[in-house]
Amino acid sequence: MNRITYEYPKDGKYGRYGGKFAPETLMPALEELEKAYLRFKDDPEFKKKLKYYLEKFAGRPTPLYYAANLTGKLGGPKIYLKREDLAHGGAHKINNTIGQALLAKKMGKTRIIAETGAGQHGVATAMACAALGLKAEIYMGAEDMKRQRLNVFRMRLLGAEVHPVESGSKTLKDAINEALRDWVTNVQTTYYLIGSVVGPHPYPMIVRDFQSVIGFEAKEQILAQESRLPDAVVACIGGGSNAIGIFYPFLEDKDVELYGIEAAGEGLHTGRHAASLCAGSEGVFHGMLSYVLQDENGQILTTHSISAGLDYPGVGPEHSFLKSIGRVKYDAVTDEEALEAFLQLSKVEGIIPALEPCHALAYAKKLAEKMGRDEILLVNLSGRGDKDVEVVANRLGVKI
Amino acid sequence: MSNISSTFNRLRKNSEGALIAYVTGGDPSPKYTPKIVKALVEGGVDIVEIGIPFSDPIADGPVIQASDVRALSAGTTPTMVLNIVRELKKTIETPIVLLTYYNIIFRKGVGRFLEEASKSSVDGIIVADLPVEEASEYKEYAEEKGIDTIFLAAPSTSSERLEKIVNMDSGFLYLISVFGVTGMRDHVAQLTIQTLKRIRQYTVNRIPLAVGFGISKPDHVRTIISYGAEGAIVGSAFVKIIEENQNDLPILLDRLTKYAREMKEATKLIS
Ligand SMILES: Cc1ncc(COP(=O)(O)O)c(C=O)c1O
Repeated sequence: MNRITYEYPKDGKYGRYGGKFAPETLMPALEELEKAYLRFKDDPEFKKKLKYYLEKFAGRPTPLYYAANLTGKLGGPKIYLKREDLAHGGAHKINNTIGQALLAKKMGKTRIIAETGAGQHGVATAMACAALGLKAEIYMGAEDMKRQRLNVFRMRLLGAEVHPVESGSKTLKDAINEALRDWVTNVQTTYYLIGSVVGPHPYPMIVRDFQSVIGFEAKEQILAQESRLPDAVVACIGGGSNAIGIFYPFLEDKDVELYGIEAAGEGLHTGRHAASLCAGSEGVFHGMLSYVLQDENGQILTTHSISAGLDYPGVGPEHSFLKSIGRVKYDAVTDEEALEAFLQLSKVEGIIPALEPCHALAYAKKLAEKMGRDEILLVNLSGRGDKDVEVVANRLGVKI
Repeated sequence: MSNISSTFNRLRKNSEGALIAYVTGGDPSPKYTPKIVKALVEGGVDIVEIGIPFSDPIADGPVIQASDVRALSAGTTPTMVLNIVRELKKTIETPIVLLTYYNIIFRKGVGRFLEEASKSSVDGIIVADLPVEEASEYKEYAEEKGIDTIFLAAPSTSSERLEKIVNMDSGFLYLISVFGVTGMRDHVAQLTIQTLKRIRQYTVNRIPLAVGFGISKPDHVRTIISYGAEGAIVGSAFVKIIEENQNDLPILLDRLTKYAREMKEATKLIS
C-alpha cells in the first residue's frame, strides 16, 4: 500500500476518484475557493476563531462515552460512542458549517446557499449563519420537507429561507442540483456551503478537514481513557462526512479496522436502498468521479432509506479510493436493522440516536459478535434522534 | 477540414452567422426526433445540437429539464439517440453535434462512446460538465475519431483559462452569455456584450465563437452577431415549442420551421 492519506489531493484526485467535473461557469469559483481555503486553513487568526466557535458555540469537544450497558448486553468488546449527538444542533454537521461559514466570511461572501436532506445540514447551516451574521437559503426536496417537518420549522426559526425542490425525486440529490443551479446563477455573490464530502474539488477536502476534528478528538480521548487505540471504528455513510471525519486520523494506524456502513434500505437485492459503494458503480455525478447508483445508461437512480440523511445515490470520492485500496471495509444494513438499533440504544443507554448512525450501531452489533472482550469498538454516534421520532412512531404504528 | 468548420467558412463568405438549434433527443418521444431535426433544417438551421437526456441536468433551467424528463419517460437511451443521428446523416449534410453530461459518456466508456459517435457520423460533442482539466482522455479519443470537441467559456472565465480552453477546442467555442442556467431571457445583457468583446480577442482568426443561453428573439441574434459572434445558439425557445405542441405533430413541425426561418433571417448581416 503506498499512499493512504491525501492531505492535499493533487488535481483534486484521490487515486483516480474525485476531480472537478463542473460547468465552466463554476470553475473560476472553485479555484477561488481553493485558494482562499489554502490561505486561511493554517492562518492563526482563522484557527483561533474556528476553535472559539467550535468550543463555545458548538460545545466541543464532544464526549467519548463508554456504553457500559450496551457492552454488557452484547457481551463482546468495550463499546465507545463518540457523542456527536451532543454537538450543537444535534449532529456532527455543525463542525463543517462553522468552518465553511467562517471561510465564506473571509472571502467576503454574504449570501450562503446549502442543500439539505434530513434537514440536519440545513439546520447547522442556519445556526452558523445566524451566529456569524450571514444570510442562509436552504434547498430541500419537497419529499424530505414532508418527512422532516420539524427541521423545516427549525431552519425558519433560525432565520433561514427554505426553498422546496419539486424536481426529480424531490430528495437530497435534487436539492443539490438546485443549489448548483443557484450557484451558477449567483456565483459572484454567493458561497455554496455543501454538507458532505461530495461535489467537485476542493469541497471533499475542505469538508473532510473540518470534520476530522471528530477523529482527532476521539483518538486523544481513547488514548486518555484506555491508553490504546481502538480495534475497530464504525461510522454510517450518506455522503460520507461523519465517517471520513472519524476515520481520517486513524488511516495510517494499520491495526485499527475501519468500517463504513451504508443504507441497505429494504435490502440490496430489492433495488430500494442507498448503498453506492456496496451496490453501485463508478460514475461522474455532482462534480466528482466516484461510486454512484445508476442504470446501465448512466442515469442516476432514485434511492431509498428510512433515514433521509443517507438517502443519496453518490458518495464522497475519498471513500471510493479507500474502498479501492481496501483500507476501509464497506457494508450495508437494512431499515429494519437500523430501527432495531434505534430502539435498543434508546432503552439500554438512555440515548435516542438519529436513524443515520443507527446503521453504524446495527453493524457494530454484528461486529461485536466476532470480537473479544478485551477489544475496543468505537462507534460514531453522528446525531441524536429527536428529528426521527415521528418517522419511527409511524413505522411502529404508534399515534403520537 | 471538419464539417462544422466548413459550415462556418461558407457562412462567413456570405456574411452570415450560424443558427445553431438545440433540441433534446427523444423529446417528446424518439420517433419524433428525426422529423423535428428535418423541420429545423428546413427552416434554415445551420448546425443541429441534439441532447442526450440525463437524469440530473445541473446546467439546465426548467424548460430543458422538463424536456429531459419527457425524453427519459419515453424510454430514450444514449444508444437510441446515436442511432437516430446515424439515420439522419444518411439524408442530411447539416452538422450534428451531441450535447450531454459526462456520466452518459463515462458510463459507456469514453473510447466506446466516441467509437459509436463516429460510426453515427456525429460531427461534434459538447459536454456541459467536462472542463478542460478533466478532458484529456476524451480529447484524445475524439481527435482520433475526427470529432470536434466543443468546449464552453463563461463570463467568469479568466484569460488564462481561456487560452487553455481555446487550445483544446475545435469546431466552435460555445460562449455562455450570462451567469446562469439555460432558459429564455428578455434581452441581451450588457454583460453578454462585454464578455463577447473580451472573449473574441482570443478566438478571432482561431475558432468561430457562438453565443448561447437566453437567445430567443431575432433581435438577440442580430445584437450578438453585430458584436462579432459567428453563431447564435438557441435551445429553450425551440424546446418550449416542442413542449407546447407535443400533442399535434404537424403544427409542432410547422412552428419549428417558421421560428427557425425567422431566427435564421436575423443571422444575415446587411452590410
Ligand atoms: C446525524 C447524521 N448522520 C449522518 C448523516 C449522513 O451524512 P454524512 O455521511 O455526510 O455524515 C447525516 C446527514 O444528514 C446526519 O444528519
